[in-house]
Amino acid sequence: METVLLYMRVFLVGGVICMIAQVLINTTKMTSARILSIFLILGMVLETIGVYKAIKEFGKAGAAIPIIGFGSTLARGVIEDTLKTGIAGAFTGGVESMAGGLAWVIFLAFIIALVARSKSK
Amino acid sequence: MDKKQGATLFFNNVYVASTSSIAGEKEGEGPFGKYFDSLLKKDELGTKSFELAEIRMHTYAIKHLLFKTKLAPEEVDCLLMGDLLDEIVGSSYSAREFAIPFLGLYNACATFGEALAIGSVFIESGFMQRVICSTSSHFSTAERQFRFPLELGSQRPPLSQWTVTGAGATLLASSGGDIKISCVTIGKVIDFGVTDADDMGAAMAPSARDTLINHLKDTKRKLDYYDMIATGDLGKAGAKMFKLLMQQEGYTLGDNYQDCGAIIFDREDSDVMQGGSGTSCSNIVFNGFLYKKMLEGVYKKILLLPTGALLSKTSTLQKQTIPAVAHAIAIEVK
Repeated sequence: METVLLYMRVFLVGGVICMIAQVLINTTKMTSARILSIFLILGMVLETIGVYKAIKEFGKAGAAIPIIGFGSTLARGVIEDTLKTGIAGAFTGGVESMAGGLAWVIFLAFIIALVARSKSK
Repeated sequence: MDKKQGATLFFNNVYVASTSSIAGEKEGEGPFGKYFDSLLKKDELGTKSFELAEIRMHTYAIKHLLFKTKLAPEEVDCLLMGDLLDEIVGSSYSAREFAIPFLGLYNACATFGEALAIGSVFIESGFMQRVICSTSSHFSTAERQFRFPLELGSQRPPLSQWTVTGAGATLLASSGGDIKISCVTIGKVIDFGVTDADDMGAAMAPSARDTLINHLKDTKRKLDYYDMIATGDLGKAGAKMFKLLMQQEGYTLGDNYQDCGAIIFDREDSDVMQGGSGTSCSNIVFNGFLYKKMLEGVYKKILLLPTGALLSKTSTLQKQTIPAVAHAIAIEVK
């Protein structure tokens, strides 16, 4: 039962984030790239003011997987590294914390590009 | 009658001798599927890129037209071609297959109308006996050209249109058949201040209105003179807006008005949003469907109004407004 509830929480949080983005696509003239950047920056802001931590604890992967979670990881890395090593951490911390995710994404994109081709529909 | 009245040119000896058309899979599933000469099974056409597929399609349209009319390339005086790729390479690369003098044209989705207008002048003047007017577009190349490459996988907003995959060619001649181009009205560029590149119907509707009203004034014809008035690719919302704009000027468009883009696809298909667009939209609807219906005698007088949004990827990124143009081509059975 607990697992089911957890899954529902994850879907709820992930779903709400995607729903907000869908509303933006449908009702504004913003391109998908701009909406993406807004969510990334929003994640950084929410992490910095300490709100996103709570959302992540509640929604788990539902909050971590969308680009907004990526933004929060970026901000978290910067905060932690700056506390540890001073101002230099502001430049290294973000990239360090994202390294795993980034390398994984690039690797996957490479594999997919080898095996898949784009189609008209 | 004078040969020129306002922006309208009148012709006596310009015949639409034959047409050919080829369309993609989705277009084949639409209501005009059975009227196209050929349908693609796959949009890539077995080539390495969508651009090469478009070129192969365009080449096929002209080859098929020559085959249908049993003409040798030497018997054709000129190719008037256009498409939506950078520097209209689709047309240039297709034209290298033919030993026929070539003129490349660009008026975005109104290029087909532009080609018919120029071709008609060449024929009427007596300089040329036969010219081929052709255009092509491909959904996947147009997405890369004007919006995002398909690989990005971005979602399409609700006011967007689906570029028609297809190519068509029209043979204009100084004799042959009963179907004539009686007059053309060349449109002015109108900028209504629309900046949304995903809402091209709104950008083009005012130019369609301007050209249609000029055409009616120059020819002293009424809207019901035509069995069919067909705008190029305003889409469903754009066509609605066009009707309203015409209403403001005191013209009520009736049942004889259709928009090629709004009717080319299966209405149940939700992917296409507002309908079709692209240089081949009005082209294959005319070359595939309307021309055949004229031969059958269903339509006697048609006004084709291809509309073009004259934007580029750079102008969109720099947030410029979208100018548009529309040309009116009157095709009649004599």
